[in-house]
Amino acid sequence: MIETELSRSVARWCKGATGVTGAAKLSGGASQETWRFDIMHPKGPIGAILRRSPKGYGAAPTRAAGLAAEAQLMQLAFEAGVPSPRVMHVLTAEDDLGTGFIMQRVEGETIARKILRDDTFAAARPHLARQIGGILAGLHRLPLDKLPELRSRNATQEISEFERDYRSLNWPKPVFELALRWLRDHDPGPSVETTLVHGDFRNGNLIIGADGVRAVLDWELAHLGDPMEDLGWVCVNSWRFGEIDKPVGGFGSREDLFAGYEAAGRKVDAARVKFWEVMGTLRWGIMCGGMMQRFREGPEHSMERAMIGRRASETEIDLLRLLVPRGS
Amino acid sequence: MQDEPTPVELTKSVADFLRSDITPLISGHQAFKLRVAINILDLVTRQLTQEAGSDAKEVERLRTLLGIDGSVTELNHALAERIAKGEVDLATPGLAEHLWATTMDKLAVDQPNYASYKRELGRGG
Repeated sequence: MIETELSRSVARWCKGATGVTGAAKLSGGASQETWRFDIMHPKGPIGAILRRSPKGYGAAPTRAAGLAAEAQLMQLAFEAGVPSPRVMHVLTAEDDLGTGFIMQRVEGETIARKILRDDTFAAARPHLARQIGGILAGLHRLPLDKLPELRSRNATQEISEFERDYRSLNWPKPVFELALRWLRDHDPGPSVETTLVHGDFRNGNLIIGADGVRAVLDWELAHLGDPMEDLGWVCVNSWRFGEIDKPVGGFGSREDLFAGYEAAGRKVDAARVKFWEVMGTLRWGIMCGGMMQRFREGPEHSMERAMIGRRASETEIDLLRLLVPRGS
Repeated sequence: MQDEPTPVELTKSVADFLRSDITPLISGHQAFKLRVAINILDLVTRQLTQEAGSDAKEVERLRTLLGIDGSVTELNHALAERIAKGEVDLATPGLAEHLWATTMDKLAVDQPNYASYKRELGRGG
């Protein structure tokens, strides 16, 4: 039982802890697991989350920053005032839990459709786009010299990488070809400034409460690059969950996002944001293709993956709406 | 010639059974997977109903656009290659209309409830 190892671990670093209870696996992928549990404490239970790669699990995908880097980034973000869970402990060999870290559990909602429709969030929703702008500005200001080692990617490298991924699928998609041409023709070149890029900042990876954004999650795709990438990705239509007239995660307008970003003292380059939105739309489309491939070739034969493969056409219509809009 | 009921009728009967008889009996993660399964059968039914017609029109457009003949897969490979080489682009007469028509036909099968699709359908197909 994982509670045995967790109890031994918390006794070492959490003063007064008497054990753990209620361990439950929230998600498990090919290389990582997430567990929730409570640390028993005389002052009351402490909600916690374990992110780990168990011993003997496959290596993380090459694009992933790694759990150690994730922990370091979340801690840096927390200290800089970016909404983020506090990292309580980085696993060591003594813990016998694999590699990873334990963080404070932040209460709130991550399911995008609930955030967009439930009354609980009605008062917060109109403010989220602007708030997200401020959070991204804070994230992009994290000091480079304190960051863990991260891969570095500019627009040109990303286009080549996506083109390679797409070609490896051997999937003739004229709309994707058109998007790749557009991206090459509109490649803005290296950004003036290289910053930390979260890499997967979107509705679905944010913990939101009645008061707004409480935590930014899923830092595994963090890298160094063009900060406008994060602003483009958060606007990709796939993350608007039906609220297609509110580009920022289905919450609000680009104007609000940009205003929040600039009010926090950073500059927006709208043309670059659009470039990264096109790139992000294609990126999700190619990822859908990857799901189809894993469905075909992987051992699990998952129906969900099969159906995600059939969502690539959603990104095709969104690419056409971006690149060849009609009737408007 | 195969006998009847047709594949569409058979697939639809399974989807209807799962939807009305099994859904009320199942909860939790299995209920989620059941919904995915029903969605798959509904998609298959739509494809079986619409594919022959949309493929025929797609092939017709591609033959005009490319000036060659072939299967719908071969012609799509050819178009993809010409766009990649820059021989065909948005200045090519008929390309934008072709891509829009083809994509709308795909969404009609894959995700007819997708908001972008419904919006474009409202513009007149």
